[in-house]
Amino acid sequence: MVQVAFFAGAVGALGGAIAVIALRNPFYSVLALVVHLVALAGLFLLLHAEFIAAAQIVVYAGAVMVLYVFVAAYVGNVDEPLWEPIPGQRIIAPLLGLALFVELSIAVLGSALKAIETRGPELENSFGSPEAIGELLLEEFLIAFEAASMLLLLAAVGAVVLAAKRRDEEGERA
Amino acid sequence: MDISWYLVLSALMFAVGAVGVLIRRSPLVILLCLEIMLNSANLAFLAFARSLGNADGQIMALMVMVVAACEVVVGLGLIVAMYRRRLPLDVDEARGLRG
Amino acid sequence: MTATTFGWLILAFPLAGAILTGLTYKLTKPETAGWIATGAIGLAFASAVAAAVDLLGKPGSERVIPDTLYDYGGAAEIPFDLGILVDPLSIFMALVVSGVSTMIHVYSVGYMGTDEGYHRYFAYLNFFVFSMLLLVLAGNFVLLIVGWAFVGYASYALVSFWYRRTTATNAGMKAFVINVIGDIGLVFAAILIIQQLGATEYLTVFETAPEVFDSDEWTIVAICLLLMVGAFAKSAQLPLHTWLPDAMEGPTPVSSLIHAATMVTAGVYLIARAHPLFELAPTAANIAAGIGAATLFIAATIAIAVKDLKRIIAYSTMSQVGYMIMGVSIGAYGAGLFHLMSHAFFKALLFMAAGSVISAMANFQNIDKMGGFRKALPFTFLLMTIGALALAAFPGTSGFFSKDEILGYAIERGGWYWACAIAGYAGAFITAFYSFRIVFRVFYGEPCKEAKELEGGHLAHHEPVNPHTFEPEDTDVGFPGKVHHIAERTWPMAVGMAVLGFGALFGGYIQVPGIDATLENWFEPVFEASPLYAIVPPVGQAWLGLAVGSLISILGVSLAYYLYIVAPGSTDRIRERFSRTHQVLFNKYYFDELQDALVVRPVQAVGRFANDVVERVVVQGVVNVVREGVVAVGGAVRTAQSGFVRSYALLVIAGFVALALYFLIAAA
Repeated sequence: MVQVAFFAGAVGALGGAIAVIALRNPFYSVLALVVHLVALAGLFLLLHAEFIAAAQIVVYAGAVMVLYVFVAAYVGNVDEPLWEPIPGQRIIAPLLGLALFVELSIAVLGSALKAIETRGPELENSFGSPEAIGELLLEEFLIAFEAASMLLLLAAVGAVVLAAKRRDEEGERA
Repeated sequence: MDISWYLVLSALMFAVGAVGVLIRRSPLVILLCLEIMLNSANLAFLAFARSLGNADGQIMALMVMVVAACEVVVGLGLIVAMYRRRLPLDVDEARGLRG
Repeated sequence: MTATTFGWLILAFPLAGAILTGLTYKLTKPETAGWIATGAIGLAFASAVAAAVDLLGKPGSERVIPDTLYDYGGAAEIPFDLGILVDPLSIFMALVVSGVSTMIHVYSVGYMGTDEGYHRYFAYLNFFVFSMLLLVLAGNFVLLIVGWAFVGYASYALVSFWYRRTTATNAGMKAFVINVIGDIGLVFAAILIIQQLGATEYLTVFETAPEVFDSDEWTIVAICLLLMVGAFAKSAQLPLHTWLPDAMEGPTPVSSLIHAATMVTAGVYLIARAHPLFELAPTAANIAAGIGAATLFIAATIAIAVKDLKRIIAYSTMSQVGYMIMGVSIGAYGAGLFHLMSHAFFKALLFMAAGSVISAMANFQNIDKMGGFRKALPFTFLLMTIGALALAAFPGTSGFFSKDEILGYAIERGGWYWACAIAGYAGAFITAFYSFRIVFRVFYGEPCKEAKELEGGHLAHHEPVNPHTFEPEDTDVGFPGKVHHIAERTWPMAVGMAVLGFGALFGGYIQVPGIDATLENWFEPVFEASPLYAIVPPVGQAWLGLAVGSLISILGVSLAYYLYIVAPGSTDRIRERFSRTHQVLFNKYYFDELQDALVVRPVQAVGRFANDVVERVVVQGVVNVVREGVVAVGGAVRTAQSGFVRSYALLVIAGFVALALYFLIAAA
């Protein structure tokens, strides 16, 4: 049963990722990424990370992707041109990607980590639950938690500054 | 399932994301590919958290999500600013470092 | 104050004068600068006199005093220090040099009064005197070479003094190059001395030389030959003599000082100083004597044919220095140095008088255009005649006693030196002839245009041109000044000439055979170890030699009188009859052409080859290859800077892939 769920999630994630890079219309790519994120949330569930899965759906697929959709709509649907100005890029890039994948796989599979070959220890039910996450955040990783909040604040301010209309700018396009 | 499956899946997704960054020309899609790469890292963190029985990996994944969100915000702000100034939304047009 | 302190003062005053005159050129009026410079040399002369007095106060054996100012401690493994040697020989030379220089400075104040380069002139002149004094006072071979080189430079600076004249600068370069050839010989000699004897100080070298070398061993002969190369370049002996006539391009007081009284006598001084070495190498000494005799004769023959007034006197210098070289090479040290002194007097005087005449001729020097200046330039005429009489060794003058003393010594030594004596007497005859050639051509006969003008009280003047090429010039700095000065109107010139005239007439009486031997006694401490110095001709033989000399001199003067006064025009007929010989003499035996073909052209060809092949192809080729290599590499690297962000990202990913590969392999 678990295997079926895994493969479904894997197919969804991979399919979404490949669709992102393959589709020429950026709007379609955004939608493909949403699919990818939801599939990943499913995989997270399989890994006993319920809170994270929920956060992924709500925050990532919900808020961040909505931002993407807004901007894609604002910017407009300009299809990507076919012609490649950098000679050889379209050949070398996939090759490099392949090399990257092979190396990482070798690193993972060829390592002496015994735990990889197992499922892992038996976990209690509270592993990955919101209480567990909350405890960790507020006790062990308090500083990281606070720093993350600061970062979010800074990002928000930065975005406002970047996208603010300048007074001497001409009128925006519809 | 063995953890190794998840890790291989994570590696594959990372490679796909990297290829996407190199191939696509629209800054919006490049940001999307960056998201793919970040998510693959998240998956790897969670897989290790599961296998070690240690929830620190999940906290890390949470932090990655926070950082990804911030980065997206700033990146999209850049794209909007570029669009407002009538600059073409094409990464290849930014060739000021040539020479 | 001891003699050595005076010795250092002799050096210090002219150097200070040169620096002072040179650095304050904007502050002082021209005349002030001139008198400051003259004062400096005058003080040097006073110091020399004081040193001489101090030496006379000592017993003979204590008159050779070395002194060191600074010990370099064997820098570069060459043992030398900043030291002088105060002894009768060096003080004698210092007296002659500083004394005659003082008079020439006085003369120059008048002669160069309106030249734009006045301050530069006196600074150079003072520096020259300093260099010459350094040369004669040096106590070791290294300092000698320093003084030698400085003198060569000062000569160059003064010969090309009117630097906007191409002929002058060419002459300066020629003089300098030939001098450098001499310097090379001198340096090699010093290297050999250091290698063989391990010392450079005179006293040490001369003491150890007889112990180290056998007589006529090839090393000591080589050393002496190299010293001779240096001496001959400086003293304008065959074959390194071609620079002297051209050096007449310099102002007349320069010719008077450098090329009559001082620099050309440096070679004579060198041989006299290094006499222990020459006595160990009789072969070299004989070669020197032979060359001296040959130069003496050949130069005299050229002097009867050339037309430029200063060049006649220049060849006469060459000839008289030949006498001196011959003298010191055969061992007549006292006689040779005596002739050096009397020659300094009368040759400087002759040049000064020539300067006056040339001024009257508005800077023209061709004697064909001169004539009948007797009434217009009476003072100059008187003093030129005095100088000519001394040059001709007329009985009673200084030249008479000194020249015949050399020839008497040659006869006394016998053997092949008889040939030297005969050459000497023949040369004396020709010398007497051409000395009065000058006098009769310039001062007798129909007054020329300039002479008539001057009799009327007006000094001739015309547009300034180069006297040889007739190129037009101006009178600004780098060319002669506007106004010409003659002795009758400029008192410093007259004073200088008068003092030297006195010396030329009466200077000979200090060494009359059988009556007094001032110089011989004076030089005793320096030469006492030499067996040759002890040879003194008996008094009767000396007086016989003097009688022969007087006869020859009077005959020469009479011949000149006959050819120029009694039967004018006969010289033209003789010239036509012996036109071939005259051509050879007029062209100075084609020595310049010979040097041009043998040395100058090959060197120029080598230079051209070096430029066309080595420089252009090889050196430039190597540089070009490097340049193109660098440009190519740069071009290759530049392709990485495409400006495309995606290329950079590609490089990042590729780098990561490579790094991961490395770690995978390392872990395996």
